[in-house]
Amino acid sequence: MSQHNDTDHISGRSTTGHEWDGIEELNTPLPRWWVLTFYATIIWAFGYWVVYPAWPLVSGYTAGVLHYTNRAAVTANLAQLEALRGEKMKALGTASLAEIENDPALLALARARGKTVFGDNCAPCHGSGAAGAKGYPNLNDDDWLWGGTLDQIMQTIQFGARSGKAKAHEGQMLAFGKDGVLKSDEIVTVANYVRSLSGLSTRKGYDAAKGEKIFADNCVACHGDGGKGNQELGAANLTDKIWLYGSDEATLIETISNGRAGVMPAWEGRLDPSTIKAMAVYVHALGGGK
Amino acid sequence: MTKNVTSKELMGGDDDLPLYAPQKKIYPQRVSGTFRRIKWGLMALCLGVYYLLPLVRWNRGLGAPDQAVLIDFQSQRFYFFFIELWPQEFYYFTGLLILAAFTLFLMNALGGRIWCGYLCPQTVWTDLFYGVEYWSEGDRRARIKADAGPLTAARLARRALKQAIWLIIAWWTGGAWVLYFSDAPTLVRDLATFQAPTIAYIWIGILTASTYLLAGHAREQVCLYMCPWPRIQAALTDEWALNVTYKYDRGEPRCSVKKGRAQRALGEKIGECVDCNQCVAVCPTGIDIRNGAQLGCIQCGLCIDACDTVMKRIGRPMRLIGYDNDINVQRRTSGKTELFKPVRSRTVVYAALITMVCTVMLHALLTRSLLDLNVLHDRNPVAVKLSAGAIRNGYTLRFINKRGFDRVIAVDVDGPANAQIHIVGVDSVTPDRPMIVLARDATTELRVLVTAPVDETVEKTQPVKFRITDIGLGEVASATDHFVTP
Repeated sequence: MSQHNDTDHISGRSTTGHEWDGIEELNTPLPRWWVLTFYATIIWAFGYWVVYPAWPLVSGYTAGVLHYTNRAAVTANLAQLEALRGEKMKALGTASLAEIENDPALLALARARGKTVFGDNCAPCHGSGAAGAKGYPNLNDDDWLWGGTLDQIMQTIQFGARSGKAKAHEGQMLAFGKDGVLKSDEIVTVANYVRSLSGLSTRKGYDAAKGEKIFADNCVACHGDGGKGNQELGAANLTDKIWLYGSDEATLIETISNGRAGVMPAWEGRLDPSTIKAMAVYVHALGGGK
Repeated sequence: MTKNVTSKELMGGDDDLPLYAPQKKIYPQRVSGTFRRIKWGLMALCLGVYYLLPLVRWNRGLGAPDQAVLIDFQSQRFYFFFIELWPQEFYYFTGLLILAAFTLFLMNALGGRIWCGYLCPQTVWTDLFYGVEYWSEGDRRARIKADAGPLTAARLARRALKQAIWLIIAWWTGGAWVLYFSDAPTLVRDLATFQAPTIAYIWIGILTASTYLLAGHAREQVCLYMCPWPRIQAALTDEWALNVTYKYDRGEPRCSVKKGRAQRALGEKIGECVDCNQCVAVCPTGIDIRNGAQLGCIQCGLCIDACDTVMKRIGRPMRLIGYDNDINVQRRTSGKTELFKPVRSRTVVYAALITMVCTVMLHALLTRSLLDLNVLHDRNPVAVKLSAGAIRNGYTLRFINKRGFDRVIAVDVDGPANAQIHIVGVDSVTPDRPMIVLARDATTELRVLVTAPVDETVEKTQPVKFRITDIGLGEVASATDHFVTP
């Protein structure tokens, strides 16, 4: 190594003493402010280790004097949010469904809250806009298996249908084919008769009188005279234009042969009462509510 | 063969000199005259408006703020005397900015940087701060002498007094600023009793600091190094713009008063500039105007006043320095008469643009709708089939009532034949024409369902038009969308 106080003979500046192939390195120290900033960051890092969680240990980590954790911060934020919502949500809890519907402020709150919770809990089956899908009712229309008043909607959300809960809606479409109650040709006949109830076309040469008789003997008990349905049993109205599983002949044969028993889970216990109320109001306000 | 090149040659010479030139302190001399009076007048006007405007009251009726000019961030409203603007009307501010730019261009085409010299906040506050400096520390000579001499107790006291007054002005500047954002009398009381929001104190702090630093210490440095306008205006100006000009055709060659008189008596042509340096002494940016038009000149006209004073004393014609341009200097030199052309294509275009923007803005303001309607179609599902076979579409309607009172409006729909309208949460008086109450100065969002006995054979989408009518005033607003059949 060469000496440190060499001077570059061209520029007149001091060099580091390093030389490669006749090229010398000028001594250009870092600016003082830069060096000071660098030292400051080092000091800062030590402070950080002391204050915040920093070093991994064998079974854990150094917690730091602040005992900060992300999880605790999130919990605190959520608690703060709940407190913020508290008063308004309390008002939702104490008001009756009709009162909520008639108070614009409460209605707006219930709809906003209901929409969020619907997206989290109901959308997987009913779709984000509650448009439903095959086997999952469209909640925007005016056809209700278990009734579309505020109270009825609330009850359905609370206890569900065929959910196994004590107050849940019960009743199912029997499997007339699988259980051997009706023969294949009878099923085809009654399927065409059901199509005729809502004005759909029927298979050429089908026996309407026979269909009516099969319907009267087997279906009226649940679906009522003329197939108008029964909300007590969740029996569908067969005379309207809305079909939960589809209205084509094949689907109807499938329905009559194997039966249907869709399940709606009960939400009581999973969602708090004021949230269920908000949801009922939201679903009712979608436009199908009676 | 290669030639030996020294590093000095490679680097272009003086590479060891610092790029930074230390600031030379400027001691502008006090001056009196026409332009000084204009400057005092404009300063009083500008600062008067700035400091007092938030205190002006304006009665807008119950529930609305009674402050003439108020930027209400909390409720997102901007009040300016009889005008109340909503956030979505921000384009008025865009219009104002365009207007301001064109006005600046026009001023520039007519009189150069007169904005810089008379109206720019930096100039106005710096001028005020200089006024304080004259008052507390004396004129140019006294200040130079005191700065060169030892720091005596009297000198320190004068300096402290100056700084104190500067800080008070700066603080008051920040204080006036926050008054534009809240009810002024209430805020003043809250500020005095330390109950005002922290943000108010922060803003007062920021503006106190910036005013004190910029007007008190940075001064001409702002014009020379920070402000982009000198660079921009240089590209916008032309040879006809009136600039503060040293009429070198009259002034050169410079000559002392005595010698000049003697020479002139002999019938020789002698310049009128007596090289008294008064124009340099009074200049707030410390330039010599006799070097011609330059970036440092803010066209405040103080050198004109200074020169005129001298010319008057020595009995020569005034305005050796004046608002003039190079064209006239050339014309005078070649014996032609002076020519001023304020009307030329550039100024005409600017004036036309200003008139146009003003007209558009005024028209927009006068025909501004105080009742508005926005419509958003449901996305999922876009259409719903009802049990009887009719089709229903859902919409979210946002009603905007910009008036200061509640109003009753009827909602109509023109859509597919026999379309029925229902507003969720509203019991219709008549089934096809619901009425709702719109809260004053607010927006209301409601869900609206339109049902029509449409079957699937008709067109997939049909236009639908929502119309709202103020029952009392007859004002109408409408919005269109589509009615979709699945």
